[in-house]
Amino acid sequence: MRTLFRFHGGIHPDEHKLESSESPARRAPLAKKLVLPLHQHIGNGAKVAVQVGDRVLKGQMLAGAQGMISAAIHAPTSGTVTAVAPHPVPHPSRLGGLCIHLESDGEDRWIALAPLDFHAMPKSELLGKLRDAGIVGLGGATFPTHVKYGLAPGQRIDTLVINGAECEPWITTDDRLMREHAEGIVRGIEVLRHLSGAAEVLVGIEDNKPQAIAAMRAACAAAPIEVVVVPTLYPSGGEKQLIRILTGKEVPSGGRPTNIGVACNNVATAYAIHRFVDHGEPMISRQVTVTGNVRVPQNIEVLIGTPLAEVVACAEALPGTSGYILGGPMMGLHVDDLHLPMVKSANCIIAKSGQLFPPPPPAMPCIRCTRCAQACPADLQPQDLYWFAKSNNFGKTQEFHLFDCIECGACAYVCPSHIPLVQYFRFAKSEIWQREREAQSAEVARERHEFRQFRIEREKQEKAERLAQKEKAALAAKPAVPAPLPVAADPNADPDNTLQMRVDADIARANMQMRIDAAVARAKEQAAIVQPKNTDDLTPHQQAEITEIETRRAKLREIASHAGADDEPSKSN
Amino acid sequence: MLSSPFITTPGSVSQIMLRVLLALIPGIAAYVWYFGPAILVSIALASVTALATEALMLKLRNRPLKPFLSDNSALITAWLLALSIPPLAPWWMVVVGTAFGIAVAKHLYGGLGNNIFNPAMIGYAVLIISFPGHMTHWLTPHAIGLLELPFADQLNYIFHGILPAGLTLDAVTTATPLDTLKTQLHLGLSVNDIREMPIYGFLGGKGGEMVALGFAVGGIYMLAARIITWYLPLVYLAALFSIAGFFHLYDPAHYASPMFHWFSGAAMLGAFFIFTDPVGSPTTRQGKVIYAAGAALLTWLIRTFGGFPDGVAFAALLMNICVPLIDAYTQPKVFGMKGDGK
Ligand code: SF4
Ligand code: SF4
Repeated sequence: MRTLFRFHGGIHPDEHKLESSESPARRAPLAKKLVLPLHQHIGNGAKVAVQVGDRVLKGQMLAGAQGMISAAIHAPTSGTVTAVAPHPVPHPSRLGGLCIHLESDGEDRWIALAPLDFHAMPKSELLGKLRDAGIVGLGGATFPTHVKYGLAPGQRIDTLVINGAECEPWITTDDRLMREHAEGIVRGIEVLRHLSGAAEVLVGIEDNKPQAIAAMRAACAAAPIEVVVVPTLYPSGGEKQLIRILTGKEVPSGGRPTNIGVACNNVATAYAIHRFVDHGEPMISRQVTVTGNVRVPQNIEVLIGTPLAEVVACAEALPGTSGYILGGPMMGLHVDDLHLPMVKSANCIIAKSGQLFPPPPPAMPCIRCTRCAQACPADLQPQDLYWFAKSNNFGKTQEFHLFDCIECGACAYVCPSHIPLVQYFRFAKSEIWQREREAQSAEVARERHEFRQFRIEREKQEKAERLAQKEKAALAAKPAVPAPLPVAADPNADPDNTLQMRVDADIARANMQMRIDAAVARAKEQAAIVQPKNTDDLTPHQQAEITEIETRRAKLREIASHAGADDEPSKSN
Repeated sequence: MLSSPFITTPGSVSQIMLRVLLALIPGIAAYVWYFGPAILVSIALASVTALATEALMLKLRNRPLKPFLSDNSALITAWLLALSIPPLAPWWMVVVGTAFGIAVAKHLYGGLGNNIFNPAMIGYAVLIISFPGHMTHWLTPHAIGLLELPFADQLNYIFHGILPAGLTLDAVTTATPLDTLKTQLHLGLSVNDIREMPIYGFLGGKGGEMVALGFAVGGIYMLAARIITWYLPLVYLAALFSIAGFFHLYDPAHYASPMFHWFSGAAMLGAFFIFTDPVGSPTTRQGKVIYAAGAALLTWLIRTFGGFPDGVAFAALLMNICVPLIDAYTQPKVFGMKGDGK
């Protein structure tokens, strides 16, 4: 028996897994029109590689990866590209995103498919192929897989953690996938093991999935892969939490699993890799749980781009449905609009009804009971964070490690006062990003101004000097001493500019931008709820606040530069 | 709700508070058994006053009545205060203490969740400072051969201040066991001699020790139901035991035993119901330990050297002041800042 470790806190919400976990996964009917957002992963959106009117085959690349952190998008079926235009996409910002619109021809004709002999090629080539196959983490965070394994020189991965915990209530897609496709998952894990060079491979599965455990054990029997049963406790499927449970190591605050020699991927991602490596199929579909207030809760294999309405139709939403949750009830996204397309991150669609998801009672004041702190897997003090966020004391929220919050919702779940704590934390994060951005642009402007002043000064001085020298020369009637040449900076003297650093920066930037957009939009929406009503008479206070923020900028910048994949919703990819 | 999480626990503030009230019932039952039903009169008086004051303050502060009146927190204040003062106290004292606690200590600080001091203890402090005389007349426990006032006469005294002809208040009441111990020690008696007096039982005062036991039973229920965490009550009791035990071993004639400290006065009530008030106690685990140890030390010091009959209320108030400081210095390490391994 392997010794397991504990993470702090955690909760036991009602599981609601049996509704959808007991019937085999089905395939959704082919939609007539598909909409493919270019931005389905963390990082840069994909770059369109087709033109309106093009006829494309199933599996053909429609948009290529752009930059280091990006992934390609493919045609989920054969048909005609009808438009490249914005369309509402499932994203917290509720903004539209650029999408490729595809009209299927009903033939579902594949490109020529060929398996890959991954052992025979250099790792860098394999990574490139994964990127071009659009392989991203399917656990929820959609982090491009190739980036995780593009290690900097000197970096090493000892342990590969495969996440089959699936800790959020209602969701059963990984469970079904492990039961039905354990062999394929293990094939995918082999590819990841090869890529990471890890000596140890651990598959973590919560003990509420005995059949999945049995299936995975059977499939792993011949491979050096250990299936580890972990106790059911939300959020044990959070990347950092699962790594902690299995290895006892903690991903450092603001760091990434690779910092402690661990790589982590979801079972669904492993399966997608298997589909690609063994069958040549790029990522054009995924399995999703459709459950909640529906007649036949089930798991469905859905082509990316299929309108959610058609996915839900397979399960038949019942009367009394009041909106949907995309994702799980703890971290998911509320959507009203079922015209949204299926995306790579969508692992679950839950039809909400007043009975299944009753609105919470009105929030009461915090009574400092610390139930939230006892539940917090990040060891935070949510009651303090709440207090500071509510009073717009954002500097303090940072001191109290706001950016270590993984937005798992455990605190809000247990709060007897029913305070929407996570909303306050998202609000505070977005405010801080917003201010940071403003401060940054102000800084750039200031620097530009200062440099201009400096240049003008310098030119003036030089002019004066030249003049003086000319006079002197004329006076002495002998040639002036030439000024010494400035020593040129050595363009190669930048040893820090390693690949990894660039990757980090790239992630941080791309990620920040996305999160800022989302956060700003969310903040606008939430401002009404969480902002104190008397904002006008807060000016002196806010002034003080801004000054305070300024003094903390150094620290903030550090945090911001680390706001990479890791504190994205704590799902492993 | 349009933002995750979309599910919450069914628990609520009013449910938690209700369970705290339930947990007080064994102690109250023992109280009635040993001292008669007069305590129920003060509890009722305090409850009515607390709710009325709460309603009035909510109105003045323009807050909704229903959620806050039904959160049961005012009732806890009322019950704790009623249990801290003599049941024979005149009715207006109960009213003044409760109203002050709720109006000033709770609502002027911002209402539920915002009070720095425990409102019940503030009410108690006001009473003991303003009316020290009335606060020393406690009922004698049943059946120890002391004169007992019939319940009807007790009511008459509480509401009209009239005693049956020929009786004085001193004749039908006694000082608390803690108070008696202190006075008698001053008169030169040893702890053992004093403990021979009829008002003392096995552990503390007769009757009072059983009430304390009742509170402990309620406290254990709250621990089991996870309404409170163990850090605070257990550390408090352990610290009180150690301090009292140390001095008792050093000089048993002058320092009462640790058991006596546990089962006399409000120690048990304090350990499980007063210090554990979440609003006025630290939020961090380490902070709770420090807070509890400090409270125990203060309890013992005030009981042993102070001028008040018990030390629990003032220990609570003094420790309430330290909470922000304790919290600030005991922030736990967050995930990912502990280094590798454990
Ligand atoms: S659980 Fe709610 S009421 Fe309790 S301390 Fe946390 S925020 Fe406050
Ligand atoms: S949402 Fe953040 S603060 Fe709340 S429990 Fe999760 S990590 Fe902790």
